[in-house]
Amino acid sequence: MMMRDLFAIVMLFGIYSLLSAAIFVTLDAVDVAFTEAAVGAGISTILVLSTLALTSSEEKPPQHKFFLPLLVVLITGTALVFGTLDMPDFADPNAPVHQHVAPRYIHDSFQETGLPNIVTSVLASYRGYDTMGEVVVIFTAGIAVSLLLTSVRHKRNEPGNLKDLGHHPIILYVSQLMIPLILLFALYVQFHGDFGPGGGFQAGVIFAAGFILYAMIIGIDKIRETFSSACLRWLAVTGVVLYISVGIVTLLLGGEFLNYNVIAEDPVEGQHWGIFLVELGVGITVTATMLGLFLTFSEVKRSQ
Amino acid sequence: MSTILELYNYWIFIFLMMIGFYIVIAQGNLIKKIVGLNIFQTSVFLLYISMGKVAGGTAPILIDADVTYSNPLPHVLILTAIVVGVATTSVAMALIIRIHKAYGTIEEHEIHEQDASL
Repeated sequence: MMMRDLFAIVMLFGIYSLLSAAIFVTLDAVDVAFTEAAVGAGISTILVLSTLALTSSEEKPPQHKFFLPLLVVLITGTALVFGTLDMPDFADPNAPVHQHVAPRYIHDSFQETGLPNIVTSVLASYRGYDTMGEVVVIFTAGIAVSLLLTSVRHKRNEPGNLKDLGHHPIILYVSQLMIPLILLFALYVQFHGDFGPGGGFQAGVIFAAGFILYAMIIGIDKIRETFSSACLRWLAVTGVVLYISVGIVTLLLGGEFLNYNVIAEDPVEGQHWGIFLVELGVGITVTATMLGLFLTFSEVKRSQ
Repeated sequence: MSTILELYNYWIFIFLMMIGFYIVIAQGNLIKKIVGLNIFQTSVFLLYISMGKVAGGTAPILIDADVTYSNPLPHVLILTAIVVGVATTSVAMALIIRIHKAYGTIEEHEIHEQDASL
């Protein structure tokens, strides 16, 4: 809090994210840890750093008062600690949170969806409505950012503020080795997410990270030849539409919205197809939005 | 006394959440405020995930052996919340860039001064 160098703060925040991912692993939340490591330490750090490049990376001497905020924080903290006295103990198997729907997910999800990874079956099937909402939120955020920043974007072929690193031979060769492997790993995470940790969200972020690395090393213009703004917008829409259309197909086949049992003769096979398509939609939207966010940020004209 | 010590996960989360809260209300720099909000957010993630932990449990990926699994439901909620969190952070960053274009600064008190002098 005493530090003025915002760059150092952002780097420390990236480390903090990576550490919290490690805590998630020890708390058995491998899927969450995966996401946090890819998002918190990867994409989010890059986005904040691009903002620093566009604004200022030094904080001016502060003018704030310490006393009143500290008092508010202490009172709120004490009230919250008092509230925890009624909470169940840490890792208590009889806590209310384990009593409601969780036992059903753990005992029946394999018979109903045929997937060993319970997190994936809950995410894509039992709570498919939630996930659809989240995908729409990500899509909306992508639209909001491009609306906010498109008017201050520089023209094509003008030098951007991001200098590519392609003239460093070591970075260039290592990245040429790494980028195909990153993309391959993203595909593995996408399609193996039913069986191990992974799924559309993680795969989308890793995919985008691979392309962002490419853009940083080979250059923004090269990646824009493949992914123009319009192309990324279409991809983001495709993902959302794929998700919703799976729901509409289940409606037309006589089931409820996003009830995949009706897709195939065998309910378990229907679940397989439904979850596969929905996760694919999530992956496409997340990839396109994350890559679009990075490219929009790096194409903003630097202010004087 | 033993029950009070068993509640330490909540206290860690409250400590982190209050750090985030303090940064949001006490710091004038907009980027620091967003970092504070993100710390606040991670503390909520930790609360959910720690509530899903079952003693002696393992990650909720089914294997043949007879084992205890941790609760998968908080994992699902937080997994999506993390990705939504980065999306909303990016909207905040875009707003900061626009504020910097309009005011030439990302310090809260300088923005207020400019607004007052209008």
